[in-house]
Parts: sequence; C-alpha cells; structure tokens
Amino acid sequence: MAESGIGASVPRTEDQRFLTGSGDYTDDTTFPHQTHAAFVRSTHPHASFTLDTTAAASAPGVVTVLTGADLAADEIGTLICGWQVTGKDGEPHKAPPHPVLAVDTVRHVGDAIAIVVAESARAARDAAEQVEVSYAPLPAVVSMRDALADGAPQIHSDAPGNLCYDWEIGDRAATDDAFARAHHVARLDLVNNRLIPNAMEPRSAIGDFNPASGDYTLRLTSQNPHIHRLVLAAFIQIAPEHKLHVIAPDVGGGFGSKIFIYQEETAVLWAAGKIGRPVKWTADRSESFVADAHGRDHESHVELALDADGRFLGLKVSTLANMGAYLSTFASCVPSYLYGTLLQGQYTTEAIYCEVKAVFTNTTPVDALRGAGRPEATYVVERIVDQAAREMGIDAAELRRRNFIPADAFPYPTKVALEYDSGNYRLALDRALEIADYGDFAARREASSARGRLRGIGLSAYIEACGIAPSQVVGSLGAGVGLWESGGIRFNPTGNVLVYTGSHSHGQGHETTFAQLVSDYLGVPFESVEVVHGDTEKTPFGMGTYGSRSLAVGGSALVKAMDKIIAKGRKIAAFTLEASEEDIEFSGGDFAVAGTDRSMNIAEVAFSAYVPHNYPLDELEPGLEETGFYDPANFTFPAGTHVCEVEVDPETGTTEIVNWVAVDDFGNVVNPMIVEGQVHGGVAHGVGQALLEGCAYDADGQLLTGSFMDYTMPRADDLPDMTVETTCTPCPHNPLGVKGCGEAGAIAAPAAVMNAITDALGTNAIDMPATPQAVWRALSE
Amino acid sequence: MYEFNYHRPGTLEAAAAALAAAEDGQVLAGGQTLIPTLKQRLASPSDVVDLGSIAGLDGVRREGESIVVGAMTRHADVASSPEVQAAIPALASLAEGIGDPQVRNCGTIGGSIANADPAADYPAAVVGLGASIRTDRRTIAGDDFFTGLFETALEEGEIIVSVSFPIPRRAAYAKFPNPASRYAIVGVMAAETSGGVRVAVTGAGDRVFRVGAMEAALAGSFSADALAGASVSADGLNEDIHAGADYRAHLVGVMARRAVAAAAG
Ligand SMILES: Cc1cc2nc3c(=O)[nH]c(=O)nc-3n(C[C@H](O)[C@H](O)[C@H](O)COP(=O)(O)OP(=O)(O)OC[C@H]3O[C@@H](n4cnc5c(N)ncnc54)[C@H](O)[C@@H]3O)c2cc1C
Repeated sequence: MAESGIGASVPRTEDQRFLTGSGDYTDDTTFPHQTHAAFVRSTHPHASFTLDTTAAASAPGVVTVLTGADLAADEIGTLICGWQVTGKDGEPHKAPPHPVLAVDTVRHVGDAIAIVVAESARAARDAAEQVEVSYAPLPAVVSMRDALADGAPQIHSDAPGNLCYDWEIGDRAATDDAFARAHHVARLDLVNNRLIPNAMEPRSAIGDFNPASGDYTLRLTSQNPHIHRLVLAAFIQIAPEHKLHVIAPDVGGGFGSKIFIYQEETAVLWAAGKIGRPVKWTADRSESFVADAHGRDHESHVELALDADGRFLGLKVSTLANMGAYLSTFASCVPSYLYGTLLQGQYTTEAIYCEVKAVFTNTTPVDALRGAGRPEATYVVERIVDQAAREMGIDAAELRRRNFIPADAFPYPTKVALEYDSGNYRLALDRALEIADYGDFAARREASSARGRLRGIGLSAYIEACGIAPSQVVGSLGAGVGLWESGGIRFNPTGNVLVYTGSHSHGQGHETTFAQLVSDYLGVPFESVEVVHGDTEKTPFGMGTYGSRSLAVGGSALVKAMDKIIAKGRKIAAFTLEASEEDIEFSGGDFAVAGTDRSMNIAEVAFSAYVPHNYPLDELEPGLEETGFYDPANFTFPAGTHVCEVEVDPETGTTEIVNWVAVDDFGNVVNPMIVEGQVHGGVAHGVGQALLEGCAYDADGQLLTGSFMDYTMPRADDLPDMTVETTCTPCPHNPLGVKGCGEAGAIAAPAAVMNAITDALGTNAIDMPATPQAVWRALSE
Repeated sequence: MYEFNYHRPGTLEAAAAALAAAEDGQVLAGGQTLIPTLKQRLASPSDVVDLGSIAGLDGVRREGESIVVGAMTRHADVASSPEVQAAIPALASLAEGIGDPQVRNCGTIGGSIANADPAADYPAAVVGLGASIRTDRRTIAGDDFFTGLFETALEEGEIIVSVSFPIPRRAAYAKFPNPASRYAIVGVMAAETSGGVRVAVTGAGDRVFRVGAMEAALAGSFSADALAGASVSADGLNEDIHAGADYRAHLVGVMARRAVAAAAG
C-alpha cells in the first residue's frame, strides 16, 4: 500500500484551510455593488395576514421590498417536493403549494413573508422591522394527534384532515398470520424526537444577475448545486438552466439541511434579477432554528411476534410522521421509502407490515437529516428486539444471533422491497461484544451499584441503505430525479490531474479521499491530484452528497472515467512504443509492453496527447480527458453493531456514557482515519438525539428551543472515548467494493443508548431525549 | 444591534457622569449578556458606558478576613486566583464552573450580579457567603441585593465597584447545570461562616434564596446526614422544559447534601 493510496490514513488536505480560517465560505464573498437581504417572518404558527410595506420601502438604504404578490406577478413558481409517494388508496401524496414568500396565510413561525433588500445588512434588518404585518390568527395544530383529530383546524385546503399520505409496505395478511402463531408478542410505543440540524455554518446565499448577458449566478450553501440549479430553473422558473450558474464553495456542514430548495435562497436569486445587483443573505442562528428543515419526529407503535425459541415471526409497525407545515424537497420519501424498507434490520423476520401516516402541522417543515428514515427504522427494530429479549428472558445478544441473516444467505431479498447485497452481521456483533467485555458486565454493574449508580448496557445492530439507487427503481417509487453520479478526469499536459465530481464535500473530506482513489488507481502522485466540486460550470451535472453516497456512487463514476483514461492511454502507449494494444499492461502509472523493459509513464502519455507530434491522429483524438457516469445496480448496505454502556445517577437522573464500541462493515475503506472520524461524528449526532436534543414547541406553536440556551447540542464532554473498528464484506456491485459511512453512527447510536438506559432503569417508560429530568421521572414512577 | 453612543471613560466619576447624562444609559462590563441582548435587538440603550478602561476595578485582594473581588474581575481570574483558592476554594470552583472558557475570560462578577439572572452562579456565593457589595455610592448587604427576577437593589446609574466575601470556616458549591445553557438549574452554596450556617440556592426560584430549615439542621451538625430527608417546597419554584418545579425542589435537597458533604469532607 502506498503511503497515500487506498487504505492509508492520509491527513485531510482541506483541514489546513478550514482550521486556519482561510476557507472560502459563501458569506466570505463580497461582490461589487452587493446589497443585503433580510426576511420578514411570521411570528404566528397559523394566521391570515395583510401587509403594508410603504414605511419599509422608504426607510434609509432600502433598495426594494418584495412580497408574495410580486412573485406571483413575475410568475415565479412555488417550492416543490421531488418525490411523489403513492398512498394505500393509490392516490399521490398531497403536496400543497409552498410559496417562496407566503401569500395571505402563514403556516409556521418563521414562514417568510417578505424580503427586504438594502445597502447594508443592518439597514435591511431595520427596514424589515418596519414592514407592517396585520395578522388574523387562525387556530393552529402543533401535535400530530391534534392534527389528525376530527374537526381539527385545516392547514391546507387541499390536504383534508391534514393528511399528506397514508402509506403502507409489506404483507399485512402474512404478518397477521405470523402474530396468530406467536408464542410471545412484544409491544412498544416509541417517540423519535424532532431534531434541529444546526450545521456549524448557517445557510447563506448571494444571488447575482448580469443584465448584459442575462446570466444569473447563485453562490450558496448547498450539498447539491446541480439540483438547486435544476429546480430553480425547471420548476421555480427563475432562469433557464444554461443561464444559471450555481456555486457551492466551502460549506460548513449540512447533515441534510442544505440539500433542500428553500424560500430564502430562491428569493435572493429572484430579487437579484429584479434589481440587477447582487443580493446577499446569511441566516443568523435564530433564523436557522425556525427556517432550516427539521429532522425525524415520528410516533410509532411497534409489535414483534416471536416463537418459543425467540425467532422473529412477524413485525408490525404503525407510524405517524410529522411533515411540518409544508412538504419540503425530499420530505415525503424519508418516512416511507427510506424507513419502511429498512424494517427487516439484520434479521430473518418472516413477515413485516408497516403503515405510515404523514401529517401536516403548524411547525417548521421536516425533511432528511443525517440518516433520514434509517435511524428511525433502526430505532424501532432495535428497541423492540431488546424489549422482547427482556420479556422472554433471553440474552439480548443471543436473541440477535438467533435471528441474524446468515453470512451465506446473501444476496438476501427482504420482506420490504430491498435486496441486501452482502454482510456478516454475526462477525461484527461478536467482535463488538468482545471489545466491550460483554461477558463481564454483571461484575461492572455490581461495582456501580455499590457506588449507588445504575449501570446498563445496550446493543444496536443497525442496518442502513446508502447510495440510493438504481435510478429506474427509485423512479418507479416516485423519485423525480435519477440517482446516479458523474466524475471527470482531466490530465493536464504536465501530467497532473484535475478530478471533477458531481458529489459535494461539506466536511466529509472528499478532496482527500477522492485524490487518494485517483492517485492509487492511475499511479500519479497524491500531490498531483486536485479535486474540483461544487460548481455547475466546472463539473458535469451531478446529484450531490447525501445518503452516504459520495464514494459508493461518485467514486464509482470516477472509476468509470479512469477506466476510459487507461483505455485511451493504452492506445497511445501502444502507438508510441510500437507494440500491439493487447500487449500493453498498465500498473503503477506505467504503460509497459509485456515481457519487455519498454514502458511509458502516464504523465508522458498525457504530454503526448496534448503535444501530438508523434501520435495516431488518424485513430485518436488528442487530449486526455474523460467523463464517467455511474448508476448503481443496487443500494449499498453498511451494517454493524454498536455497544453502549451507561451509568445513571438515580438521585439526579444524570446519564454518563462510560463506554462505546462500534464495529461497522463499510466494505472496503479508502481512508480509515476519515472513516473513524465520520463514525465519531455520527455517534455524537446519535447520542445528541438520545440524551440531549429535543426540539419542543409549546401548545400555541411557538418554538421553545429556539436557541442554544434551550436546544442542547452534544459537546465533547458529553461523549465517551470510542473504540471504532471495521469488518469488511466488500460491496459486490460497485467497482470499489465500498458501502458508505457518513450516517452509520447517527443510525446506530440512539437505540444503543436507549437500550442501555432502559436496561439500567429497568423501565421502558422513557423517551428520547433521556434528559436528567426524564430519567428522574421514569425512576420516580 | 441598534445604534447607540459608546463611551469609554477612564474614571468611575466620568462613567457615572456619562450615565447620568444619557437618556437611557447602560454599563458594559464583559458583554457576555449585554452584547447578545443588543445583537438580538432585545435592548436599545441610547448610550453604552464601557467600564473596561477604569483602573482599579479588577483584581482580587485579601483584606483582613475577607476576599475582595473587583467588579471587573473575570470569572477565569477568580477561578485561578491563589488568594481565592486558598481562602475560599468554593468561590474558585464556582467561578470555574461558569459557562465555557470564552465566557469565563470575558464575563465579570459585577456584570453577573448586576444582571441578577435567576440561574446565575455568583448570586449563590454572594448570599451563601454573606458577602457585601460596594458601589460608587454605598455598600449593600448581599442579603438585600437581589430583589427579584433580574432585579437588584442598584439604583439608576449606580455602579458596582467590588464584592467582599467574608472568609468562611468551610464552604462548598454544588451545581446541577442546565444541559443546554449550563447555567444552574439548581446551585447550592453551603457554608459555615462566623455568622452561622448559610444555605443559598440559585436557579430554583425567581432569585437566590436561603433555606432556613436546612441552615437550622446544619447548625446542629454540619453534615450531609443532618440534611437527610430535608427538601424545599416546589411551590413557586421555576418551571421550564428542562426541569419542573418538583424536580428542582428535589435537586435542591440533593445538591445541598452534596455541597455539605464536599465542605465537610
Ligand atoms: C454561553 C454563556 C454561558 C454562560 N453560562 C453561565 C453560567 O453557567 N453561570 C453563570 O452564572 N453565568 C453564565 N453566563 C453569564 C456570564 O457569566 C456573565 O457573567 C454575564 O453574562 C454578565 O457578566 P458580563 O461581565 O458579561 O456583563 P455584561 O454583559 O457586560 O453586563 C450585564 C449587565 O450588568 C450590567 N453591569 C455590568 N457591570 C456592571 C457594574 N459594575 N455595575 C453595574 N452594572 C453593571 C450591565 O449594564 C448589564 O445590564 C453565561 C453567558 C454566556 C454567554
């Protein structure tokens, strides 16, 4: 293995600029003649309103004040949902209009009403306060149960009963039959708490319009600049695709929240066109809390039927999923195709049935957040498995072993529409238990108890589906886009390489991982490779980064492009070396004539391609540049086991995580250090959900957790030292054998923590986040 | 932030004069509360008078049987002060537990007690140790200083100069932090002082308060056992998403026992 090749823990190239404050973030850019925008936002969860912008429009420094009426006059479209889910009744989901600026009615606190553009950010904000909004409050619904109740206030006239869809998956009859045969049925009601994403860098956008050329530019915090361009062009119709240049420079974290096409970025671009000057907006943290799409927010009832030996006969899940006030860009697929399809877990459960009602409420829209649907599925499966183990008196690890899909059973068709490609679940579980010293837990529990502490241990044998694909399958399920990826390789005449990827790095380290991949595959020095991403005028059309797809799909696209480079290089070398093409072998960057010492380095081949003095011009075009597109044959299925051990102080209810073990199967690993970091971050996210992060609204629809004073993000001292290891069953259907690692920790962790806490407390009467008060109350009951 | 006039006087007198002349003046110390409030546009003073250039307002010194802390002394400097650590370790550890390093390196004791946040830590020390507050006009007994939610005995334009803490025989502070803000959900200072036992609770009520029943129990025997079963009524205690009044009342008992155990141990 080369020091910088596949499998090496190369330090991240990008960290130098990130850690020294020299990154290039959207808000760092200032264009000549730039103006600044501020939004007028609803202070009511549900109200009809009228506006008077006269005072604001004449306030000092104001350039323009624009409203929903102006959007309508310009025939600008509404925001869209890109995945149409079909309900039990065969009808498409309800996707009521989501105006870029509210017209007549606001539906959640923070709903944007008007954009004020001024010479400075302060002038814009001053003037925004002078926009007079007269609200006539309407009754609001905050909880899903209230929203579904008979006679509930209606949020959208075209979504009766506030129901977005009522969807199902699996085989109801077979599952009922399994329950009829059950020796034991375990039951649980579970809440998957709503989370606020809180990327370190708030959302930011600068729209620009050049009246001379008619070109628009949007520089913004995006995980997928081409999808932004596509939606803004084709659906919202601000400018055609070829007249819209979208750039997502360095982006400080996304976690899903920067996938979506929101009100603000859209309004900024449109406003720039109207005034012919750049318009910048950067969210302040308070805006992020109410205007970034939230995540999770499920209520589920789950039942598991087991035979006398503890084998899983059937799983029944009924879930309410909160959509918030409008259907966000990918909201519909999260609690359906990214959730119900994962309920097989790692097990051979014979029959599965799941139904999901997606519900509108007067709250901030909910959409994909790190894991998106899969953490919710793992939470349901792994909690009920532990519950069954306790009720039947079977060790939780043993019960899992009895039900694991065996290592020789792959490919494994699930009961919920997927086909698992590879895995070895028992290997990961056994290794995790060994590291966690599971066998000696009883002694540790006793020692804790002697100190007045309650100790618990919890397992989470999670599964996820990454690299959402293939396009034809997701298309048949309602996706409005394909889910392939693009990659380009451009050799320069001097032999160094530009790598173009349609995926986007916003903290994941692609500039390092992709350079390692290319350096290793093409035999060029790591330092000679530059990764280019995040710019619709530089890279081929690409789908962006989410769903842990970048390496599995984006990396595979690069392999396709590199294979074309090698094929062309082989021809050039054969010509130059006067050998037949079949005799040319490529290895370590050299094209060699088999069985001779005659060879040509790929850098020489590149030079020859750009200075084709001695070159087969009658057969080959000059230049050395290729593009690959890769549409995967299947999802990838990372899986593994995490073990969490906690100690609870029963007097205060405080939980301390005293040990964490993660054993994950990500297939082949390109950069182990980056993978370990992704696991650390994912676990932090999941621990945050389990112990700390609980978005709360009051009964009137006001966000109670609207700042870091009340919304608890995980901090370093909330987290344990973690032992992170990997096992490897390579993905059989992508050329790299990789699976994806960015979400695993967030998927695995909540169930591991809650299984440990319920083990410590001896009660299930507790939901996430298991704050000290919640633990104390559970113990007091 | 709205516009305001900024003053940076070199003397207390000049500061007082600037405040007196202002339509709606406000003192700026470490800015850890005031600046976020201004940035969120929740306050719009006409004038801000920065105490940062006035000599002699910061620093810790021992005066006889007291530790005197200048109003502009940063939390970090109280925490690391050898005098404080030697004489009142409970005060040093309380300061060490405030916020995060940035907050501790900017925030001041004067700003903290002037602000009288019901969840702030210093009020527990002021009342629990029987401190007194010196201003540019007078000296105010710690017991009389906190008058309500974000309310103090300070008059319009009055500036805190220092806080004097009598050195207790023994004392300890136990804090149960709010998981998000890490201010106190409940913080208890338990002290045996020359003037008797004091138990002061912050975080639980609209302002810091003493618990007479606990003080009486501890006067007999300064031990955690003396507080077995002792608690406070939940009536009138604070309630929020992090802690109901009953939980706070329970925590007052737990933290009081832990403080006493630490002080006695
Ligand atoms: C993230 C964060 C976490 C925090 N955590 C904690 C915590 O855990 N525990 C805790 O106790 N505190 C906490 N704080 C508060 C912090 O400790 C400061 O003490 C507090 O913000 C006020 O002190 P300051 O010096 O910053 O005052 P400023 O913000 O400058 O002023 C606060 C108020 O006091 C007035 N004032 C200031 N000095 C004087 C004076 N000498 N005389 C008269 N009036 C004056 C000002 O006019 C203003 O009204 C936290 C703050 C932040 C931002």
